[in-house]
Amino acid sequence: MNWVNAVIQGVLLGGQYALIACGLSLAFGVMRIVNLAHGDLAVCGAYLGLVLSTALGVPVWVTLPLLLPAAFVVGAGLQVLLFGRALQHGVLAPVLVTFGLSVMIENLLQVAATSDPRGLNGGSLALASFHLGSIVVSWLFLTGFLTACAVLSCLQLALSHTPWGRRVRATADDLDTARLVGIRVRPLFAAVAGIAISTAALAGVFIGTIGTFDPFAGTNTLIFAFEAVVIGGIGSLWGTLAGGVALGVTQVVVGEINEAYAVLAVHLLFLAVLTVRPGGLFTRGQTLREIRGQGALG
Amino acid sequence: MRRGAAISRGAVPSLAPFTVSRWSVTASLCTATCVLAVAVLVVIPYVIGGPAEQPLITLLTFLAMASLWNLLAGFSGLTSFGQQAYIGLGAYALYLVAEHGINPFAGILLVAVIAAVVSLPVSALVLRLSGGYFAVATLVVAAVFQIIATLSPSVGGTTGVSVPGLAGYGDVLREALIYWATLAVAIASVAGVYVLVRRGFGIDARAVSSDPVAAASSGVRVGRIRLVAYVTAAAGAGAVGALIALQTLYVEPSSVFSIQYSVYMLFMVLIGGIGTIEGPVIGAILLFALQEWLSADGAWYLVIVGGLAVTATLIASRGIWGFASERFGWSLLPIGYQVRSRD
Repeated sequence: MNWVNAVIQGVLLGGQYALIACGLSLAFGVMRIVNLAHGDLAVCGAYLGLVLSTALGVPVWVTLPLLLPAAFVVGAGLQVLLFGRALQHGVLAPVLVTFGLSVMIENLLQVAATSDPRGLNGGSLALASFHLGSIVVSWLFLTGFLTACAVLSCLQLALSHTPWGRRVRATADDLDTARLVGIRVRPLFAAVAGIAISTAALAGVFIGTIGTFDPFAGTNTLIFAFEAVVIGGIGSLWGTLAGGVALGVTQVVVGEINEAYAVLAVHLLFLAVLTVRPGGLFTRGQTLREIRGQGALG
Repeated sequence: MRRGAAISRGAVPSLAPFTVSRWSVTASLCTATCVLAVAVLVVIPYVIGGPAEQPLITLLTFLAMASLWNLLAGFSGLTSFGQQAYIGLGAYALYLVAEHGINPFAGILLVAVIAAVVSLPVSALVLRLSGGYFAVATLVVAAVFQIIATLSPSVGGTTGVSVPGLAGYGDVLREALIYWATLAVAIASVAGVYVLVRRGFGIDARAVSSDPVAAASSGVRVGRIRLVAYVTAAAGAGAVGALIALQTLYVEPSSVFSIQYSVYMLFMVLIGGIGTIEGPVIGAILLFALQEWLSADGAWYLVIVGGLAVTATLIASRGIWGFASERFGWSLLPIGYQVRSRD
């Protein structure tokens, strides 16, 4: 029963990773930018949640209607001011700029909030749980997992079935042709970046409620999100969820055996996937060459 | 692949009204100045001693890191933010080498070889990715190395180990030896990268960096170029790690695997001028000056370093040296060729 429990907890934890990763995946899929500050922006979301919920004296969930639009504005602003400009300077510039941004965010957070670990006030949800046979399931973890599924579904539906999604896909396929047929690329990119950063901030709120965070938590957050994206298959949203779940299950199951090896096992799983199936475990039909064409593989 | 060789064999000067040359009077003067500067640096322990050695050791370590990262990111288009993996590996390897009774100063070379050997299988994995994905994969490699170090009781786990084998030296001699070792690694890094990129490799690497597909289609062996750059940079980072272990006499996982090293490399190369030999030298001097100036506050120092790197990428993507050489036509350590009209 211990193992079943570990797998269930792992799946639920995987939802967290998928929630952080989907913004990374979206930004890469549409704008061809790997945002190395993605994890740090998620941590910023957690800090913003902390400030708002302390100031208003409410659980952090109540502040989401303020927090998510703020994150959207920040994301759109960063796209217009930094990422969009960096993309015009060739393929290296976005990598360098987002890494520089990551360094700035981490150290500014340290100046503003010290390096003490913090947690968020999740209200009554944070402690509630229910029994599934002999297994205890936390409502908070379940909510996180379901939120990830909901966000991924909404993104998938919006991309597949709305006129906006059609424009996004057209731009992702061929930027110049999209411009030629009258798509206004800059506002579109700003909106996509806004959505990506909002999902990161939402993920940050869950991270902060479930565990603790400090100014330098962003780099590890980024690494986990990135591993979920690669394991799931670059460019596939549902693959990202599967990748996140694979990470979560590995972490909890190995942690059951020896806590010290849990994170190492996750990294090794990633390196193993990179060796055996660099196109991702959960991709079908998409060959390595196609992915290579997208510029992620060398 | 062959084009580089053809040019260096001097096939070009047959173009009638032009002369094609690599060297100029300024470049020769600069090379002579560099040789002179190295000679001065070598004798510093005899002339000034301790007070000059400490800051110069820091500066020369920066110089080696910048030059090696420039080989990766500047010339070969491999933006690794995980070179601290090999810095840490080098530090631990030096500890193990010294623990086995080998002279730690002689061990630096061995450590570089160890780092190169370890980087071979790693390169097979990370070089499957490119751009930002390569960058994050190198972060994962650094994280894995750090976790392995903290999980190994034989190298002290999370607390670390102190480097043995230096007790036999007096303080003055030890300091001077560390200084000379750092100087040797810095010179080897700058000169090694310079020699490497002046050959056919340099042309090929820059072709791979700007467009791998086009480079491959004109016969450049893209995989091999990336491999050479990655392994060379890893060997160099290993040597730098060994130096850091010698300088601090203590190897602690959270400090030798610190991502700060990557931040420094990024800053020095971007500010100085990416893809030039002179740029990283300027970048190293600037970082050193900035560190002296802002040493009181570590966090603000890194905010400024990161901010300047972002600004440089967006506003002056070729850095200080790129700007100067474009504006004034300077080329002190030329890696390309100049075409001049004969009259």
